[in-house]
Amino acid sequence: MLIMSILFYLFSFIMIGSAFMVVLSRNPVHSVLFLILCFFNSAGIFLILGAEFLAFILVIVYVGAVAVLFLFVVMMLDVEFKSLTSSIISYLPVGMTIGFIILSELMLVLFTWKREYVKIDLDIMEDQNLYTNTEALGLVLYTDNILYFQLAGLILLASMIGAIVLTVNHRPSAKRQSIESQVNRDSKNSIENINIKPGSGI
Amino acid sequence: MNSILFLPILPEIFLTIISMFLLILGVFNKGENAYTLVSNLSIISLLITLFFVISGMIPQGLSFGSSLISDDFSIFLKALILTASIAILIVSNIYLKDIRLLKFEYIILILISVIGMMIMVSSNDLITLYLSIELQSLPLYVLASIRNKSLKSTESGLKYFVLGALSSCILLYGLSLIYGYTGSIYYSDMAANIQVSDIGVLVGLAFALAGFAFKISAVPFHMWTPDVYEGSPTTITAFFAIAPKIAALGLIARILITGLPSLIEDWRSILILLSIFSMLLGAFSAIGQSNIKRLLAYSSISHMGFALMGIANGSIEGIRSLCLYLLIYLVMSLAIFISIIALKKENEHVEEINQLSGLSKTNPIMAIILSILLFSLAGIPPLAGFFAKFYVLYAAINAELYYLAIFGVVSSVISAFYYLRIIKIMYFDDSSITFDPISKRLKLLIYTLSAITLLFFIKPSLFLNMADIAASSLFI
Repeated sequence: MLIMSILFYLFSFIMIGSAFMVVLSRNPVHSVLFLILCFFNSAGIFLILGAEFLAFILVIVYVGAVAVLFLFVVMMLDVEFKSLTSSIISYLPVGMTIGFIILSELMLVLFTWKREYVKIDLDIMEDQNLYTNTEALGLVLYTDNILYFQLAGLILLASMIGAIVLTVNHRPSAKRQSIESQVNRDSKNSIENINIKPGSGI
Repeated sequence: MNSILFLPILPEIFLTIISMFLLILGVFNKGENAYTLVSNLSIISLLITLFFVISGMIPQGLSFGSSLISDDFSIFLKALILTASIAILIVSNIYLKDIRLLKFEYIILILISVIGMMIMVSSNDLITLYLSIELQSLPLYVLASIRNKSLKSTESGLKYFVLGALSSCILLYGLSLIYGYTGSIYYSDMAANIQVSDIGVLVGLAFALAGFAFKISAVPFHMWTPDVYEGSPTTITAFFAIAPKIAALGLIARILITGLPSLIEDWRSILILLSIFSMLLGAFSAIGQSNIKRLLAYSSISHMGFALMGIANGSIEGIRSLCLYLLIYLVMSLAIFISIIALKKENEHVEEINQLSGLSKTNPIMAIILSILLFSLAGIPPLAGFFAKFYVLYAAINAELYYLAIFGVVSSVISAFYYLRIIKIMYFDDSSITFDPISKRLKLLIYTLSAITLLFFIKPSLFLNMADIAASSLFI
């Protein structure tokens, strides 16, 4: 258990530190990289908790898609970094207020929550050695909840078609490479002898 | 109960497979060819689905645990949705050629949206409800902005998307609260577990109703409607005005009546407010409009107010009047939208009301048909629109919702003003434009739909019986 504790403190301190650096670093690209570090450490904490599926999803979705998208946007937009960093102090009061509100709400929830827990019947999770998280999820996702899964798939298909329809632009006037006509070219129909009288154009 | 029975939702499964097949077919064909092929095949497959749905060959009952239900109510609404989408696809063939927008994805998106709507009306738990709403609305966002070279179309799509996403968040928040306080996502368990004194479920109900009200553009969640209706291609506007509204109203009726029946006093008071505001705002705001599509947007807001009156009733009589209202609303709106699409001059479609001036001299038949439809929308007897409003008001009076009925009548009188103004422009103003002759297919559609509107009074029991069967299945 000692190793677990050490790992937990390691992950959480790096996570908190990198979260601070996301806000404080002067370069937005560094901010995004620290955000990725933060996600990796939270994935580590999920692993310690035995929630390996959540850890994978966090890495795949947040690091693989969201953070990389952020990185693209930050690198493609030509933002003036200096003007961004100079105004940090002016945001401090607002940030502190929001932080304080969230902290007090957390305290309220922690110390006043008295609602009784409903005992959930977790047949499938009973024998924890039998299934991993991923297997357990898969067992219900593809059987009992197949309808939801398929509907979500259809939604993704619709949004994909939508994105393609709205952005693809077939211009008939655009000049494209036609390999067939390039290969079929020969000297007979591409070179022409023209007698030009002196003093006149073609 | 727990076994997965595919049979009751066979029409949806069929349509899903067909839409993917058509998507591949469209990708491997080029240009106009792809559009014609996909469009014809999709109309045929929608007709087959409609036949499956109304033939009664598909068994009724629960499927996928009890996530989906197929009963007379859902079958009735599915038939309406399919009819609307078939008519709109037929009209689209002609309209899209005029505005040179022959993209086959247009058809696929409509098909996927129709699948979403069909699942909406038969959804029987909260997750299916939310997923089907998303499945229905995502293609609609794209369809609103499918003319991506037109500024107005893009604007309307963006507006619809942002507000739609916001409303989905609100809806989801409400649904999660309802789930949290009732402990189940299934409507039947929700109805059994609910505790009336619990304030949390009321908050959830209010949020969920706000989300639903956005989907049917009831006041005060109607802001997007006129802009989106104006900016979208007219066929899409017609689709927006009819199919999603029918699906969303069916879904609201089902969750409120089978899922939260013991909270009737609470949701009734919310629905009454939504209904009164929608009717009045629809009536007053339409007066100043000069664009036909904006006018029809406000008119549809007002009609949604009447339809909500049927749900607010909460009794079997109210739901029956809702079913009848939706059927007649479908016929009238389809007819009027198709007429607008039919009136064009060298690929320039009618947009402003003034362009209709003197239609009685240049095209007397269309003028008479438009007048019949507008009289019907205003609710003047003996046309179909009168019966729609009559049964809703009658049910409201029977449920002792007198003030709601009074507001309904008042707003109906006010809205008669702007419908009659269009008729006045058509008959008494000087003619400005001579329209092109109308193609045969459109003529056939317009004549059939107006004939139903005109001759409804001869045998209203025919439609009343259908509405009756549909409504009574919700109260078992």
